[in-house]
Amino acid sequence: MFYILTSILIIILFFKDRQKTIIGVKKGIKKLTKNLPAFLNMIILVSISLYFISDEVLVKYLGQGSGASGFLLASFLGSITLMPGFIAFPLSGLLLDKGVSYTVIALFTTTLMMVGILTYPVEKEFFGWKVTIIRNVLSLLIALIVSILVGIFYNEVII
Amino acid sequence: MNKGLKRYLLAIIFLIFICGSFLFGYAPGKDIYFNFYDFLRTMLKFLPAVFILIGLFDVWVDKEIIENHLGQDSSVSAYFLVILLAGTTVGGLYIAFPIAYALREKGARLRIIFTYIGAAAICRIPMTLFEASFVGIKFTIIRLLTSIPLVILTSILLEKYLNRRDYELKRDL
Repeated sequence: MFYILTSILIIILFFKDRQKTIIGVKKGIKKLTKNLPAFLNMIILVSISLYFISDEVLVKYLGQGSGASGFLLASFLGSITLMPGFIAFPLSGLLLDKGVSYTVIALFTTTLMMVGILTYPVEKEFFGWKVTIIRNVLSLLIALIVSILVGIFYNEVII
Repeated sequence: MNKGLKRYLLAIIFLIFICGSFLFGYAPGKDIYFNFYDFLRTMLKFLPAVFILIGLFDVWVDKEIIENHLGQDSSVSAYFLVILLAGTTVGGLYIAFPIAYALREKGARLRIIFTYIGAAAICRIPMTLFEASFVGIKFTIIRLLTSIPLVILTSILLEKYLNRRDYELKRDL
């Protein structure tokens, strides 16, 4: 699907300006090959982490999550895992049914989305390690604030 | 060691580990290989196309357009533009990095590209719909309304910090 759209775009641009389009596609391929090792490293890290952190492990640890330890676990597991939304959110729904609080779910999903320890090889490649670390720390803070606010809205966190 | 080889070091070790696992029937190694294969296939579904689009963007889009809309003197609408762009980004955070880099090269200001990265993490449309249906629409709305302002705020702070340090992107990626 994505390739069809890209191909259509290439064909249209090709008729508008053949030279420019060829240069563009070539540039894209060059960038891809240059960044291949970083992406490959990320895939390797993800495949190893998925072996240790399966759905069952997540349900087990987040399921009992309450209090400060639940908070720590949720942010830790969210930060070190990488999974697509179509897996993460059904899992979150399952956890809710098991009685896990919205606060913990928010913390888990937000760190999952924003904090990427496994995407470090790729992020470092483009923005350098310093920016990568700062951005990830800031994202962790955002996740904490968001989860507390979610908790307040759901009356789980009492001020 | 050769620099090119060094970049593939982890991949080479991984390859040896996987071959060994299959040779000696080491089950965890096989599981890891299947995870690797699955994720690689997912990535191949869009990663090459994304890079070709970035290449085309580089050649076809004039620097002035990006500078005017997302650059140093851009207005508040720049945030809306990049959040909209982030909403339609495919994949995950790892796709947002090369796109953000391409935007920066075209003159987008730092706070805008960091907003883009953050927004691409938290409000991609297909993902948000998934969240709303499994966790609840109230949850999704609260999460978006609280996290987007925080993403913008931290992006502004990060830009200020980096500008003081004369931060520049690595060239030629």
